[in-house]
Amino acid sequence: MKRKLEISELIFKILSYTMLCIFALCCLYPFVYAISASISGRQAVEYGSVVLFPKDIQFDAFKRMFNDNMFWNAYSNTLFLTLFGTLWSMLVAILGAYALSKKRLLFRKFFNFFLVFTMWFSAGIVPQYLNYLATKDVFNGMGIMDDKWLVVIAMGMAAMNIILLRNAFEGVPSEIEEAAIVDGATEMQVLKQVYLPMTKSTIATVALFFGISRWNGYFWARQMISNQNEHPLQVFIRLRLEQYTDPETMAGWNETYASDSVIYALIVCSIVPILIIYPFIQKYFAKGVNVGGVKE
Amino acid sequence: MKAKAADFLILDKETGVYKVDPEQAVRDDVEKHYWRHVMLTIAKDWRLYLMLVPMILVFLFWRYFPMYELLGCFKVSDNVLPVSQQLFSGFSYFKRLLFAGDGLSTDFWRAMRNTFLLSFYGLCFGFPIPIILALFFNEVRSNIARSVFQVLTYLPKFMSTVVMASLVMMLVKQGSLTTGMGIVSRFLSNIGLIGKDVANAGLLNNPAYFRSIYQISGIWEGAGYDSIVFFAAIIAISPTSYEAAQIDGADKWAQMRYVVLPSILSTIVIMLITRIGSLLNVGYEKVLLLYNTKTYMTADVVSTFAHRNGMGSGAGTGIAAAAEMMNNVVGMLLVIGANTIARKASNTSLY
Repeated sequence: MKRKLEISELIFKILSYTMLCIFALCCLYPFVYAISASISGRQAVEYGSVVLFPKDIQFDAFKRMFNDNMFWNAYSNTLFLTLFGTLWSMLVAILGAYALSKKRLLFRKFFNFFLVFTMWFSAGIVPQYLNYLATKDVFNGMGIMDDKWLVVIAMGMAAMNIILLRNAFEGVPSEIEEAAIVDGATEMQVLKQVYLPMTKSTIATVALFFGISRWNGYFWARQMISNQNEHPLQVFIRLRLEQYTDPETMAGWNETYASDSVIYALIVCSIVPILIIYPFIQKYFAKGVNVGGVKE
Repeated sequence: MKAKAADFLILDKETGVYKVDPEQAVRDDVEKHYWRHVMLTIAKDWRLYLMLVPMILVFLFWRYFPMYELLGCFKVSDNVLPVSQQLFSGFSYFKRLLFAGDGLSTDFWRAMRNTFLLSFYGLCFGFPIPIILALFFNEVRSNIARSVFQVLTYLPKFMSTVVMASLVMMLVKQGSLTTGMGIVSRFLSNIGLIGKDVANAGLLNNPAYFRSIYQISGIWEGAGYDSIVFFAAIIAISPTSYEAAQIDGADKWAQMRYVVLPSILSTIVIMLITRIGSLLNVGYEKVLLLYNTKTYMTADVVSTFAHRNGMGSGAGTGIAAAAEMMNNVVGMLLVIGANTIARKASNTSLY
């Protein structure tokens, strides 16, 4: 039997739907506007007549972007950093988390503290900068002149992700591992054939955390990568934004599209890959947060 | 209880003499040769310990060595020598920053205040909104509608700081009505919330608006995503609790007050601890992207202050390290303090 809705419940329900609609539209609007503005004509953008839908549709801003070699360069650099950075981070994190999840590990408390302390206390950006400079010297001394590898290897590690993985590994019943060991599995085989398949969703979540942070990485890439051709997409976007919003360099702008459209086109290009995979990965992120809420 | 000699001796029934317990002998041996046994255990189980090595190296090189570099705040800063060879200068940089009263010192105090205020406003406005949002999500009974709302509200979280900051900059861009003023500035000046000249000059060039822009963009970016954890706590509440409350005649507000709130209190406490713990840990990337020389007054935080002085052509790395040292030590005390209070008050603690 359905209970009649109390008046206070009805009010709250209506309020919820209204507020959620407003908030969701506010979240979405900047992206819709960016898309519309990137394909609208110059006058429409500059006079502010583009509000939601595009006007005087043109694709020249996109064409300008696509004809820019630097853009494709930046895109491939970002793909490189995301792919190898995530692989490296995952390798380090999985191995470390697996060892930490073992009760028999000596000095386990100390290693855990070693990890967690970095979440409480960070050295700050200037000491980190000096440290990365020193690392760069060491890398160059070893013959690795490519700053990309510095970014891949030295950056992007997060203690929180290792703890997420460790907790997942601890949740695997030890009987299964014992059975595998009785069957003669080595440590590596246990990890590969027992632990990894059983913690698939956490591993996917952590890989996504690493991947997104690599894709979005900006500050250190800009500080440490000196060669302009190696800049990732985020740095490229920022440099172009600085260039195209500078009123002095833009005074002589005489294209059929607004300079703003180029920036919006760039923004759209950089978020399209995320938008495409977003529906598939969204559920993993929600899971990661729930796991992350409960720590030791 | 004190151990007696007889505890470790075993009576041999046949010969009638006491012998040393062989297990105890092993225990004694382990104690005596502790490190040898440690090495033996590691050697026997070396694969496991080898797995730890990459993680330890990464954290040592790029998390702990910077902490060593941070000690440069006690040394005379020098761009040539490494920290270990610099001369010791004691607390001179700290004194300079805190008490000198010159431009650098006032800048530092301003940065301290801005850091605190930005986080504090974030706590006041940014913290309750995800909770309220989670309550709203809970009202949506249709799964499809709720997924749509959730997908849309989580979306901005996945955008990079650069994209987000670029969008914000473009939406409140300077310019006149015919030369590409940002669409949000246009809207705000049309409904009369801000003056025409303010909108023309660009909201991000006006120190009075920086904090609002920072907070609103923060809510836009993170509120939906932050609500996940509260929503998970709310849907974990058993429907029978609501039914019992309804039978007792509780209206919606009473249900909120007596059913929902107590059930999600521990989650709220945990999230609050995390927020308070990172009170001095303002996202420097976002500030660096959004601020400019005109808005230093309200936008300059300790990290950006250190960034300008230590990495650009400023007062030097020693000053920058001293500023960050103070910020980080206070930040760590906040984490530990908030955690202790929470443990005492509600038996919920994070670490």
